[in-house]
Amino acid sequence: MRTLLFLLIALFSMTSASAESLITSLSNHRVLINSNYTGTSIAVFGAIERDAQTVARATGYDVVVTVRGPNQFLVVREKEKLGPIWINQEQQKFPLAPAYLSVLTSRPITEITSIQLRQRQKIGLRAIINAPDFTNTRGGADKDFRDALYRIKAQEGLYLEDERGATFLTPDIFRASIPLPATAPPGDYNVEVTLFADTVILAKTLTHFELVKTGFEEQVGFVARDWSLSYGLATALIAIFFGWLANVIFRRD
Amino acid sequence: MQIYLPIAEMPVSVLLILGMGAAVGFISGLFGIGGGFLMTPLLIFLGIPPAVAVATQSAQIVASSTTSVLGALRRNALDHKLGAILVAGGFVGSALGVWFFAAARRAGQLDLVIVVSYVTLFTVVGSLMLKESIREFWTKRKGGTVRLRRHAGEHAPYLGLPLRMRFYRSKLYISVIPVLGLSLFVGFAGALLGIGGGFIVVPALLYVFRVPTTVVVGTSQFQIVCTTLVALILHAVTNQAVDMVLAILLIIGGVFGAQFGARMGRHLRAELFRFLLAILLLAVGLRFALELVLQPEDPFSITVQEVRQ
Repeated sequence: MRTLLFLLIALFSMTSASAESLITSLSNHRVLINSNYTGTSIAVFGAIERDAQTVARATGYDVVVTVRGPNQFLVVREKEKLGPIWINQEQQKFPLAPAYLSVLTSRPITEITSIQLRQRQKIGLRAIINAPDFTNTRGGADKDFRDALYRIKAQEGLYLEDERGATFLTPDIFRASIPLPATAPPGDYNVEVTLFADTVILAKTLTHFELVKTGFEEQVGFVARDWSLSYGLATALIAIFFGWLANVIFRRD
Repeated sequence: MQIYLPIAEMPVSVLLILGMGAAVGFISGLFGIGGGFLMTPLLIFLGIPPAVAVATQSAQIVASSTTSVLGALRRNALDHKLGAILVAGGFVGSALGVWFFAAARRAGQLDLVIVVSYVTLFTVVGSLMLKESIREFWTKRKGGTVRLRRHAGEHAPYLGLPLRMRFYRSKLYISVIPVLGLSLFVGFAGALLGIGGGFIVVPALLYVFRVPTTVVVGTSQFQIVCTTLVALILHAVTNQAVDMVLAILLIIGGVFGAQFGARMGRHLRAELFRFLLAILLLAVGLRFALELVLQPEDPFSITVQEVRQ
């Protein structure tokens, strides 16, 4: 009861302080993967509510939509020449790197807010990847590894920043489309929407969606995990059966 | 046409996978080898996670080798006794290989161990075979007879060690010790590199033991079926990395390819057969050597650490 009260007070003080409140909604909270799944996109809709006391803003609003996929433990390795051959030498661990990360903004992020605020609040892809808690800082030696992570993930379409990704339909209503490539793994995704005006954060919302396998794909995943021996034996039997079948079909000599 | 793979968690093109299965199956049927050393890098190149690629292609090897073994049985081109000894020694070798695999991973240089082993094995076996087959071509051109057929009482000293055994089908009367040694080594290398080891068994049976070419393929395929079956089930239980959908696609492509390969293999002259196999092994060895020596396009790479519970 007391925590609820505190929450209410906190909520009230937040809204009264910033005067604008943000309402967001996703087009889909549960994306189903079936056998012909080749990626999808999810729409984010948002509206900015202003009450009677809201000051008139000289500049328009800006939004930043940050989508984070399930976390993975990633290791980035660098090959170096040792004698005649190239082998992995240095490595950098990223214990909680999101498998998918996208930042959709209504304007180039550098125009929306200051670098100090971006770094402090982790706004924008660069700020998230260069954050001190993303991996251990080794006196600058980590920089190349952070860049490499971004570069390789961006090539796979899993990390992206789109400065035209969010668009305002009216001055108070916006939409953004989150592109999910087929290689984005199943799991929980969270969508953080941050509202700016004149380089200041006015409001934030956090919503979720999940990417799940269904039907046959879900069953296969379940059996492979919980009935691994039977699954292995079944695969072996299928293999032997096909081998035998081919032998029967092609028996001509 | 795309299909989503439930364990690899990504979509692939059905036709591409069928085609790859057929191509590798063809080579596998032609030479009596598993073809895992070709399929695994191809699958990884498509973006399939390495653990899933290694585990799943073993299902395809089981299927295509089953077909070959059944065919060999019908043509009586399989030496059961020799095959059984190869399998028994292979299991012991596999256990040692799995242990060494874990040790190399703890040391942090598993990738290097694997690539260096590939390069050494393939170039050594490949160049030995190439040398041998060039000599064969040469003697033939000069009008000499190819002396791959054994003469009475002529054999290397290690074949005359104690514990001699008669292998009727292979027309051999040799000690079991070198055969067991070979199978131990093949099992060890197979477990370490995730391959069936057919490319070691085939040349060894041909050149070291002088087993007739027709029997070599059937016997080697028999050994491959047994070891790969065990590997497939172990992969499914320990890593849960076998993708059934991918396996079925590879199998369908593979069994057809293997049939045509095996048929063509029977019409191939023995010297040409050995020459082509030597070239194939050398090419794969060279490819891995280049990977070690050439400057990589991007020196950085990302690996997903295994999920630890």
